[in-house]
Amino acid sequence: MNEKKERIILDVAYQPQVRTNIDTRRLMLSVILALLPSVGVAVWQFGLHTLVVIAASVLSAVFFEWAMRKLRKQSNTIGDLSAVVTGLLLALTLSPSIPWWVPVIGSFFAIVVVKQLYGGIGKNFLNPALAGRAFLLASYAVLMARFPAPAHLAGVEGVDAFTAATPLNLLKNGGEMIFPLKSMFLGLIPGAMGEISALALLLGGLYLILRKVISWRIPVSFIGTVALLTLIFGGGGVSRVDFMLYNVLGGGLLLGAFFMATDYATSPVTLKGQLLYGAGCGAITVLIRYFGSNAEGVSYAILLMNLCAWAIDKGFHRHQFGVSKEDIQAEKDAKKKAKQAAKEAAK
Amino acid sequence: MTHTFKGGVHPNYRKRPDIPITVITPPPQVVIPMIQHIGAPCKPLVQKGDLVKMGQKIGENPAPVSAPIHASVSGKVLAVEPRPHPLGDMIMSVVIENDGLDTPAYMEPLTEEQLKDPDAILERIREAGVVGMGGAMFPTAFKIRGGVGKVDKLVINGAECEPYLNGDHLTMLNFPEQLLKGIELVRIASGVEKAYYGIEVNKQDAIDLLNSLHPENYGIEIVPEKVKYPQGGEKMQVKAVTGREVKPGGLPSGVGANVVSTRTCYAIYQACYEGKPVIERIVTVAGSALKDTVNGLTRVGTPFEYLAEQCGGFVKTPRKIVLGGPMMGICATSFAAPTIKGTSGVLFFTEEEDKHVDEPTCIRCGKCITVCPMKLEPVFMYMHYAKGDYEMLEKYHVMDCFECGSCSFNCPARMPLTHAFKTAKLMFQAKAAKEKAKAEAAKEAKK
Repeated sequence: MNEKKERIILDVAYQPQVRTNIDTRRLMLSVILALLPSVGVAVWQFGLHTLVVIAASVLSAVFFEWAMRKLRKQSNTIGDLSAVVTGLLLALTLSPSIPWWVPVIGSFFAIVVVKQLYGGIGKNFLNPALAGRAFLLASYAVLMARFPAPAHLAGVEGVDAFTAATPLNLLKNGGEMIFPLKSMFLGLIPGAMGEISALALLLGGLYLILRKVISWRIPVSFIGTVALLTLIFGGGGVSRVDFMLYNVLGGGLLLGAFFMATDYATSPVTLKGQLLYGAGCGAITVLIRYFGSNAEGVSYAILLMNLCAWAIDKGFHRHQFGVSKEDIQAEKDAKKKAKQAAKEAAK
Repeated sequence: MTHTFKGGVHPNYRKRPDIPITVITPPPQVVIPMIQHIGAPCKPLVQKGDLVKMGQKIGENPAPVSAPIHASVSGKVLAVEPRPHPLGDMIMSVVIENDGLDTPAYMEPLTEEQLKDPDAILERIREAGVVGMGGAMFPTAFKIRGGVGKVDKLVINGAECEPYLNGDHLTMLNFPEQLLKGIELVRIASGVEKAYYGIEVNKQDAIDLLNSLHPENYGIEIVPEKVKYPQGGEKMQVKAVTGREVKPGGLPSGVGANVVSTRTCYAIYQACYEGKPVIERIVTVAGSALKDTVNGLTRVGTPFEYLAEQCGGFVKTPRKIVLGGPMMGICATSFAAPTIKGTSGVLFFTEEEDKHVDEPTCIRCGKCITVCPMKLEPVFMYMHYAKGDYEMLEKYHVMDCFECGSCSFNCPARMPLTHAFKTAKLMFQAKAAKEKAKAEAAKEAKK
C-alpha cells in the first residue's frame, strides 16, 4: 500500500480548485442556439437558398480559422465554436438572395484579416462579422442592397418579387408605409435574413440575458437610445410612436443590439462603460438613419463604437470595495487643493 | 429578507450535512506540527521518550501573536523533528505514539464567576490554543483583545460558503446550546452587548433550531444570509450583517466589527466549560477519489494517508489533496502530512474535478468583473500581470484581492486569474519585507 502511494505524483495549484462548467465553447453554443429562431424564420420566408448561404458562410469561416492557425503554426481553435458564430452572424446580415460565394469572401475578411491577424479570439478590435459585412457592402454594393420579397408577400400588389424596399428604405425615401407593425414583429417583411423577425430576435436575446451569456446593459441602452431619440424627433410622415416602432423593429437594430454589440472582445467590460457604449451605438445609428446616405446604420454604428471600446473602459474604472462616496469626494478635494497650492506656488 | 454583498458566484455545493458525524479512530502515530497558527512558531516543550497525556501542552511561544499546541492523544513521544507540513515545507513537529488509552490532562473548567470575566475567558482562549478555525488560523485571543473598545458589532461567521464542507452546519445541528454558550463567551470577552450570527439560508434547519433555543437570552441575533460564495469572507460577512464596508487594506475592527467563526466559538465553549484544548475538529473528507463523503471528528495530527484509509480508501487514484474548501483551499504536497487546527476539509480530487486547458485565452467577456466581491477588475489586472507591469497592477489594487477565487472560478476561458494575483501579492510582500529589513539595517548602522 505504502509503495503504491509513493508513486502518486500530486498536483499542486493555487486556488480555486474547481471551475464552472460554462466555458467558452458553451457560451458560443448558447449564442448559436439563440440564433436558431431567426434562422428558422429566414428559411420559412425565403426558402432553402438561405440554408445554402448560411452553410457556405459557416463552413468557410471555420475553414479559414483552421487554415490560418495551421499556417501560422498555432493551436487549433475551431473547437471553441467562435468561428461558427462569426460565420452564422455574417450570413444573417446578408440579403436572402445573395449568391453563396459572397459570404465566403466575407468570412475570409472577417476571420483572416480582422480576427486572426490580430491574434485570434478575444484580441480583435472590430466585430469580425460586421467588418466582413462592411467589406462586402463596399465590394458588392448592388448585390448587397437587393432584397427579395418574403414568401408571405408574393403576389401582393405593389411588391416586386425581386427587389422589394425594406421598411427603413420606405421611411427614408418617403414611400408609403405598406407594412403593418404586426408583420414587422413577426418577420413578414423584406430585409436581411436574420433581421426580419423581431419576435425571433427577442426570444434569442432574452435567452442570452437569462442564461447570463450577455448582460442586459448594452442591448437595453442601445435600443433604449434609438427609441428615445426617434420618439423625440419623429419623421417619415407617420406618427412619432409609429416612427419609433418602425425604427426599433425595422432594420438590423435588434440583431445588432443583442448579438453584435455584445460581442465580448469588442465591447467594454466595465459596467458603466457598457451603458455608455450602448447609448453611443444607439445615437450613431439614429444619426446615420437621419442624415446618412444609407437607410440603415446599425453596423457602422457598432463598428465605430468598437473602436472606442478600449477608450471607454479606461474612463470607467470602478472604485474598489470599501471606498465610500465620501472617500472619493475627499480624494477629489485633496487633488483640487494640491492643484491650487501648486498654482499659488507658481505665482 | 436575506442579507448579502455584491458580486460572488454559485459553485456546485455538493454539501452532505445529512451524513452524521463519524468518530475517526485516532491513528497509531500522530504528527503535531509546531506551526498551527499565524504568528510566532511554538517551541517544543517535550523531548523524545517523554510520556504525554491527551490535552497536555507540548508547544508554546510567549509572543503575543501565537497559540500553544497540545497533544491530541496520550502516549510516548517518538521524535521531535521536522516533518512534512500540510501547507508545504518541513516543519518541526512532535510525533507521538498513541497508547490508545486517551488518558486526559485537561484544564480545570472555568468557575461561574470566571465565565463572566473577560480577562479570564481571554486567558483561557489563549491557553487552550484556540485559533481561527475557519482556516485563517489567526490566534483568537489576540484578535478579540485587539478589538476590545473598538468593536461595537460582533459578527459570528456561520456562512460556510465553501462547497463540500459541513463541519459548521453539523456543529450547529448537534451542539446548538453549547454553540450559543460559546458565542456568549466571545461576546462577553469582546465587551459588546450583542453578537450577530450570520448563517446562509441553505442551513435553514440549523437557523430554526438555534432560533428555537432563544438566542436572545445569550445576546445573540441570527441573521439569515443569501447562499453565495464568498459570503463567509470576513469583509463580505461584515458587509452583509452590518452594512459597513471595511476600508481597503484595513481590518474589520477598523469599522468596529470583529468576525469569529462558528467552529472557533465551539472550541471556546469546550475550552471554558470543559477545559478541553483544541485537539480535534470535524473534518469533511470528500472528493471523487473516495467512495463517499465522511464528516469525521478527527484528532489534530492525523496523517492524510491514514485519514483516507479510515474513510474507506481510494476508489480512484487521487491527483490533488485540497485542504479546506475547493474555492480557497490549497494543495498539500505529501500524503504523510497531518491535519491541523485549521483543516476544515481534506478533499481528494482526481481528473474529474480538474478543468485544466492547455492554452487559456481571455475572450474579454468581463465575467470576472461582475463576480469580484472586492469590485476589482481582474481582466485588466491579468493583462498587466502578463506584461509584467507590476506598477499598474498595484494601481489596479491587486493588494485588495483576498484570493477568494471567484474570478478564476467563473472564467469561461479558464484563465489563471487568482493564481496571477496571488503570485503578484507574494512578490509585493517579499519586496516590502526586503525594504523594511534594509531600512532597519540602515538604522542599526547609524547607531
